Amino acid sequence: MSKANLLDRRQVVSTLLANRKDIVAIGGLGASTNDMCAAGDHARNFYLWGGMGGAAMIGLGLALAQPKLPVLVITGDGEMLMGMGSLATIGLQKPANLSIAVLDNEAYGETGGQTSHTSAAADLVGIARACGINDSRAVTTMAEIEAFAKAVHDVSAGPRFANVKIDSAGLERILPTRDGTYIVNRIRADLGFQPI
Amino acid sequence: MHARADAADTASDWPDDIFATLQRFDVRQVPYVPDAGHSKLIQRVLDSSTMRGIALTTEEEGVALLAGAWAGGQRGVLLMQSSGVGNCINMLSLIPILRFPFLTLVTMRGEWGEFNPWQVPMGSTTQGVFELSGVKVLRASHAAEVPAVLEAAASQAYNALTPTAVLLSQRLIGAKVFTK
Repeated sequence: MSKANLLDRRQVVSTLLANRKDIVAIGGLGASTNDMCAAGDHARNFYLWGGMGGAAMIGLGLALAQPKLPVLVITGDGEMLMGMGSLATIGLQKPANLSIAVLDNEAYGETGGQTSHTSAAADLVGIARACGINDSRAVTTMAEIEAFAKAVHDVSAGPRFANVKIDSAGLERILPTRDGTYIVNRIRADLGFQPI
Repeated sequence: MHARADAADTASDWPDDIFATLQRFDVRQVPYVPDAGHSKLIQRVLDSSTMRGIALTTEEEGVALLAGAWAGGQRGVLLMQSSGVGNCINMLSLIPILRFPFLTLVTMRGEWGEFNPWQVPMGSTTQGVFELSGVKVLRASHAAEVPAVLEAAASQAYNALTPTAVLLSQRLIGAKVFTK
């Protein structure tokens, strides 16, 4: 179901991370992790190349471990649908420093553009809200993205969820590092943890 | 209604032994899908001021959660029953890729006097699934061996980053029987 005025995913992600300060950002498997890299590599970027459905839970584990840091999960509609139960888990834990932004192009862009459940039926905002994430927003404008980007830094008022309707344009792939151990240890080092 | 048969070890304090070991290893996040065999340990965790019990909707959530916890500087342990191991398989791939400490305690079904045939297929493949996924398996069948097994498991998981599962056998937790 195509709609007018869909947002540009790269512009959305670069706006979310423009003034990131101490944000730890998790990019879900697929184009989302590439978008995060396109916005600029960073020691606190957790790029996923697998573990589909796990992005929000990685965010929860990080948010609970570091309650004073803003933790932002940026993922796609397909990845979020696979981990839908994690919205119930997050709604129960209510980590005040966790934010989730879903880049919703209503399709599995990496596998040929097959339509996803959000194209016709599933309402991720309604699901997140019904799971107890009270601040759940349907985002359709860049002004709303800017407001969400600002809210992410408030680590006392989450969890929050935003479903962002984006266009389904295929963009040049900007590939982050695929070395998972490097990715995790770089985050840990930036947070002040020593190797084992 | 159900009760426990062959429950020689159920009156013992092995869940308290597990809790004490986890506390000593500074475990902070305890994701779980409930199981009767874990009920006492889960209650100890929920009553704890240093550990956070995190109820999951499915076990694979716990694998991803532990990866995030480690990136943020905390250790965790995943509590589940043998049926849940199958739910984790793809997410277990995060463990060698991200190289975070992974310890899981699994209460076994489908063995040692199992009443319910539906538990047997997954219970029979639990150990094989872990081993194919690169997770070392230790087993405790009697209350007396729980402390030593837990100590070894926690030590190799947290100190040597050796992914480890402890299977708590149905002989230890007591076979579940259903009565009218």
